[in-house]
Amino acid sequence: MYKIVRKKSLNPTVTLMDIEAPLVAKKAKAGQFIILRVDGDGERIPLTVAGCDQEKGTVTIIFQIVGATTEKLNHKNEGESIEDFVGPLGMPTEIEGLKKVCVIGGGVGCAIALPVARALHEQGAEVTAIAGFRNKDLVILEDEFKACSDRFIMMTDDGSYGEKGTVTVPLKELLEKGERFDEVIAIGPLIMMKFVCLTTKEYGQKTVVSMNPIMIDGTGMCGGCRLSVGGETKFACVDGPDFDGHLVDFDEAMSRARSYAPFERHAYEEACNLFQKEVR
Amino acid sequence: MPNMRATKNPMPAQAPDVRNHNFDEVTLGYTAEMAVDEAQRCLHCKNMPCVSGCPVNIQIPDFVKKVAEGDFEGAYQVISLSSSLPAVCGRVCPQESQCEGKCVRGIKGEPVGIGRLERFVADYHNANCTEAPQAPEKNGHKVAVIGSGPAGLTCAGDLAKMGYDVTVYEALHLAGGVLVYGIPEFRLPKAIVQKEVDNLKALGVKVETDMVIGRILTIEELKAEYGYEAIFIGTGAGLPRFMNIPGENLKGVYSANEFLTRSNLMKAYRADSATPIQRARRVAVVGGGNVAMDAARTAKRLGAEEVYIVYRRGMAELPARKEEVEHAEEEGIIFKTLCNPVEILPADVSDPRDPAYGWVSGIRCVEMELGEPDESGRRRPVVKEGSEFELPMDCVIMALGTSPNPLLKKTTPGLETRRRGEIVADESGLTSIEGVYAGGDAVTGAATVILAMGAGKTAAAAMDAYIKGKNA
Repeated sequence: MYKIVRKKSLNPTVTLMDIEAPLVAKKAKAGQFIILRVDGDGERIPLTVAGCDQEKGTVTIIFQIVGATTEKLNHKNEGESIEDFVGPLGMPTEIEGLKKVCVIGGGVGCAIALPVARALHEQGAEVTAIAGFRNKDLVILEDEFKACSDRFIMMTDDGSYGEKGTVTVPLKELLEKGERFDEVIAIGPLIMMKFVCLTTKEYGQKTVVSMNPIMIDGTGMCGGCRLSVGGETKFACVDGPDFDGHLVDFDEAMSRARSYAPFERHAYEEACNLFQKEVR
Repeated sequence: MPNMRATKNPMPAQAPDVRNHNFDEVTLGYTAEMAVDEAQRCLHCKNMPCVSGCPVNIQIPDFVKKVAEGDFEGAYQVISLSSSLPAVCGRVCPQESQCEGKCVRGIKGEPVGIGRLERFVADYHNANCTEAPQAPEKNGHKVAVIGSGPAGLTCAGDLAKMGYDVTVYEALHLAGGVLVYGIPEFRLPKAIVQKEVDNLKALGVKVETDMVIGRILTIEELKAEYGYEAIFIGTGAGLPRFMNIPGENLKGVYSANEFLTRSNLMKAYRADSATPIQRARRVAVVGGGNVAMDAARTAKRLGAEEVYIVYRRGMAELPARKEEVEHAEEEGIIFKTLCNPVEILPADVSDPRDPAYGWVSGIRCVEMELGEPDESGRRRPVVKEGSEFELPMDCVIMALGTSPNPLLKKTTPGLETRRRGEIVADESGLTSIEGVYAGGDAVTGAATVILAMGAGKTAAAAMDAYIKGKNA
């Protein structure tokens, strides 16, 4: 069992938890993920690590309530425990030697982009951060991003906060002006990462994305997380989760991500009924 | 005077058209009367060919004699001198190519049902002997076992009985390895595996789940920081192979590992499971081994109308246990042998926004014929020219075999492996690193439970000798 030592709601649909897992905290690096089960009958879900505190022995996870498991997880309180917490899994984001980077986060993906930006900042890289959200109510981690970036651009789809538009708008402007980065690192919804890659490809700008497909074991055993990368099949859990975004087949990844959509919807509705909560 | 009937006592089983709708165990086991009668068929040959066919040399005629005398617990004690998982092996060993394959009674009829007797004896013991094993006095030495499948469980059990302080590290949330994630409930009830794990715990073995060694802790750390004097790697062969044909990443294509893990480990066959699994109408399972049979029979039980085994060689070449093939046939699995998929066909929808986009709609296959024997001694399948045809399918499961997981190799400097990632180990199980032993599928590539168990036993003895030698 793994104790929840801190719980904080970042916005109505996104929650932060610090989980007591000292051995994971000691090893986990930016870009790696964990797999958790909320209870003994629970499914295994992967979540990318949002931060670690080695002294306290805790690992931070930030999750969006999108289905039955995240709904159940969100109903756990500080002091309670979750059944399983396995990690760190996957390869860390490669940041060594990077001097000028554009880190792009979309929605809850900002929670994962943040530790990458922070690690880059700490190694002295010049960090441009672009954070995109649907609207002002969903904005998370703004101050944290500002603290570790040299330039910070806030975007909302409806213009209710920051600039109006998607993250690709300022990205394209920068690239059009002739700015180049050692890497663009994009973490967010598949559709966002797809369009970031389409944008950067035009300019020959190297781009790395963090994939988060359906997984079971997270150790290379099931192959459920496989992706086509440059025409080759890769397992996100052991070969990734980071990949060269210009090589990833996003249409296939988006299709595979919806493999169980009706089941997931049904399970989510059941979980909402259980907690007598309105289905979103 | 031995019972000279030419045939085995048939195994009581659920009727095929009943069992292919449920996940309860297929075979029900011998009654005491059947077991005694079957045991009386043994001729007690002086040279004991059956024993030479057993990878762990169970003294088969001795235990069979005890059964014939009605001393079932005595029979169990004989088996347990050589095997630590008889309830498992009695169910999943390929007896026809091992002990029973060598049985003299098999020349003019059916061999003695040694596997069925082993299962009977183990089940008798589990049902009637409620005493948990006693933890022996500790000898003060720490050892670690990585992986809790048949190799790891056996190694841990043997070392614990010798007095070692044993910790088993398991990557998944449940101990048992392939016995819990791979082999279905209807062939090996999970309560049996749990009982074996509980017995280990009663012996004082610590089982640490959720521990992916190589990530959370390295082998070096286990030795240097945690003070384990010897380490056994029994991490199995969990990496699934695919065919590398077009369409393999379509929705509805699974590795057998994924399909079975969803059903077995995550209990997706139950209506109340939190883990989804596709319940398809027409399913093709590609491959001819035990895993292919397990996947096909699971798909049938999940409600599929038509389930095909697609295998590139013939019926005679199927590597699965004979009983599994027979059970699959009885349950209505359709065997498309001498047949090989060359492409998995997508549904006829090209718009990524359409929910039907990206699903399987069928497979394109070629017919095969058998040519000259290849390096494995089996006749090589050759494509028949112009024989392409299509079969409509909404689910395809790849059961083509597995390789050892490369994670430990990647994170353990100095650990030598072979071409497909098999860990290099000598006869005692010693790897290229001092104090680190390995056995089971991690060394041999995908093989059987009994061979893994045997390797676990051998390594346990070698680890004991190594530690004693070092401290002498």
